[in-house]
Amino acid sequence: MGAEETTGTTQYLTFTLGAEEFALDIAKVREVLDYTTITRVPRMPDFLRGVINLRGNVVPVVDLRMKLGMPAAERTVSTCIVITEVDLDGETVQMGMLTDSVQEVLDLDQGQVQPPPRFGTKLNTEFIRGMGKRDDRFLIILDIDRVLSGGEIAELQHTGMESLDAEAEMAA
Amino acid sequence: MPDELERGRAIFLDEARELVDELETALLGLEDAPDDKELVGRVFRAMHTLKGSGAMFGFDDVAAFTHEVETCFDMVRSGRLCVTKGLIDLTLGSLDQVRLMLEGAGQASLETAQGLVAAFRDVCAGASGSEDAALPDGKAAGTACLPCRPAPYPGGGEPATYDIRFRPQPGIMLNGTNPLALISELRAMGDCNVVAHTEQLPPLGEMDPEACYTWWDMTLTTARGIDEIKDVFIFVEGDCELSVCRLGEGGQDDGRALLGEILVEKGDVTPEVVEEALRRKKRLGEILVDMGKLTPAERDEALAEQRTRERASAEQAGMASIRVASERLDVLADLVGELVTAQARLSRLSAVLGDPELQNITEQVEKLAEMLRDNTLGMRMVPFGTTFTKFKRLVRDLSRDLGKDAALESSGGETELDKTVIERLSDPVLHIIRNCIDHGIEGPEERGAAGKPRQGVVRLSASHSGGNVYISISDDGRGLDAELIRQVAVDKGLVGPEERPADGFLFELAMTPGFSTAKSVSSVSGRGVGLDVVKRRMDSLRGRVDIVSAKGSGTTITLKLPLTLAIIDGLLVQVSDSFFVLPLGSVRECVERAGTGANERQFVDIRGELVPAIPLRSVFGIPGGVPALEHLVIVDEGGQKVAVAVDTVVGEHQTVIKPLSRAFRGVEGVSGATVLGDGRLALILDLPGLISCAMKEEADWLRAA
Repeated sequence: MGAEETTGTTQYLTFTLGAEEFALDIAKVREVLDYTTITRVPRMPDFLRGVINLRGNVVPVVDLRMKLGMPAAERTVSTCIVITEVDLDGETVQMGMLTDSVQEVLDLDQGQVQPPPRFGTKLNTEFIRGMGKRDDRFLIILDIDRVLSGGEIAELQHTGMESLDAEAEMAA
Repeated sequence: MPDELERGRAIFLDEARELVDELETALLGLEDAPDDKELVGRVFRAMHTLKGSGAMFGFDDVAAFTHEVETCFDMVRSGRLCVTKGLIDLTLGSLDQVRLMLEGAGQASLETAQGLVAAFRDVCAGASGSEDAALPDGKAAGTACLPCRPAPYPGGGEPATYDIRFRPQPGIMLNGTNPLALISELRAMGDCNVVAHTEQLPPLGEMDPEACYTWWDMTLTTARGIDEIKDVFIFVEGDCELSVCRLGEGGQDDGRALLGEILVEKGDVTPEVVEEALRRKKRLGEILVDMGKLTPAERDEALAEQRTRERASAEQAGMASIRVASERLDVLADLVGELVTAQARLSRLSAVLGDPELQNITEQVEKLAEMLRDNTLGMRMVPFGTTFTKFKRLVRDLSRDLGKDAALESSGGETELDKTVIERLSDPVLHIIRNCIDHGIEGPEERGAAGKPRQGVVRLSASHSGGNVYISISDDGRGLDAELIRQVAVDKGLVGPEERPADGFLFELAMTPGFSTAKSVSSVSGRGVGLDVVKRRMDSLRGRVDIVSAKGSGTTITLKLPLTLAIIDGLLVQVSDSFFVLPLGSVRECVERAGTGANERQFVDIRGELVPAIPLRSVFGIPGGVPALEHLVIVDEGGQKVAVAVDTVVGEHQTVIKPLSRAFRGVEGVSGATVLGDGRLALILDLPGLISCAMKEEADWLRAA
């Protein structure tokens, strides 16, 4: 991350969720797909929408709106799946994010990015890498590694604990 | 040229690793049979090759180091030194050193190497210092001198005469070999008569100065053994025709053929004349029959056996293998996986189009793809026994370090497993064996007091059953203490203080992370990282761990694994618009029944047997109503029958297993996904997981009621 902060400009992919505009470091983005059939994986948290067939590879898709505490995404003509490369426990994993629409690729230099406000975004500030200023609007730049890995692990471990409890009860 | 040298180095490294492994096997064998000359010879030759090719490819440290070991084993071979436990310890230690040297020059500690070299020199010096007393220097070589018989070919034995034919290939000198040096080495061994054959020398203008056109016949009279003569040619084995035969030992026929050849060479007779003369000669069998020593029937029988033996050796020669990088096999398996997926699309298309000609071809392609799949996966199968040496070494070293007496007994080494499975299985098995020795097997005194033999036994066995492989590791040690585990579980709040769960459940608990009952943390185990690592690794291989243990009499841990990780035969089923694949190996039959609601009792009567049913729709929370006619797939999981209720059974499906992403680590009841003919995904069901899901569901329902 250090290297990116020292170089002047970074390219970002911008997309919308509801009325808000978000941005993502383009180095994390592998490709953008149109909406395709998502196969649900049973007994998984709701934000994990399922898996898609990406040229023979099985890639999970996350409903980014639900992950960020917004209502579930409704499918429209502009719904897109952004395939990202996420660092999960030191391993690079492909993951898809369901977004309402993809906007553009944007150059922002260091001066145009501000640290996030301590509150008021209605988002876990851990997920935000910074606020990009563009004209007179603000873009929320996501730290996608944290968004897609951090909470999830906790959640999955949580379900793991539950199952252990259930087993203990059953055996009793 | 530098590229070639690099390639040579890479090949050398591959071979050297194999040699070190072979050495390890031979040394461990030697420990059990210290007077096995065959094994000593194997050790010596492997060391010799390591030294020679090491020097050739610039691994001078390896060469210099192995030289000391080789010297020592040369003395063993000639009977001047005998095999001791100390010597084997020392040599095994030096193998580790060689491994380090091979991995990267900087890694190996120079001091260790020097220490080992000094120890070997001590051993050698001790032996030559007391020529007649074969006991080596006790300080360096350890204590007990294992029994040792005199060598069959001692250095000062009876001289014998050997006929040697050395026919190098033209390219031999390109490898830096000087044939003349080899011959002068032979001459140094005794009275030697050398005849050079120069018939193939081309005219000077056509001669390639770097090629060798000459070959030699030699008669050597020496007191050295045939092995030593062969060792002279050890580096050119692949590059020449070599025959060494002790005169008087070789068959009569050989002698006569040689006479014929000599005559032909001298030009006294033509080859045709010799052939004719040989044909006139009566066959041995006929002579014996004429003499009345043999009945014609007996002769025919012996001749038939001779033919079988010839055929067998011809087959052996035909079974030559080639070395293929394992990545290439992986690529091949991937490609076959894609072919199977593409073929599924083709089959679907042809079924839709209904063109008989197309269907014909499709079926043919399907059959070919299936054969290709089986062959490709077969190529990746490796016998499990290839890993035994490593485990044997571990048991040996560990029991020494921990002051215990344990031996490894292994069986089922011929059981074949996918190469990747074997690789990933090695760590868990090491872990379990370590646990067996550290926690399971008691010290010799304690064992004696408990009325057990002083030496503990770790049994490692592998076997096939259905589509699964079972690896079982058992010890005859103190067993797991279910009560102790229960107490730890209570302390950790996993089990209520009043609860008395079944042993099996407690052993499962012992596999959760951070769970250790060990009172002391040793260098080997007891840090609470162990069984959970085993379990996690087995989960990633779609395998299971079972523990059976009785306090005082030992523990058996069984690892159950699917045969292959890549492609399985599956049964495709459908619920609403979701598709699932069941492993065909577990499917027993399919039946229909009238659809039932989620709240009805879920069991079915299969010919008088009551079988619990799992409604996939409600367990997986799939939306949609139950159809009027449901399909039940009866599966057999670990001896228990279960009916999986689905909407429709689509049919057989060759399933290329794609792992689910790491994002789904906590998933239950699903072991992977596969791509269907139309590009959609189907989830592969994990039956044991599915059963535990259904049980949980019912438990939740009971609690809510």
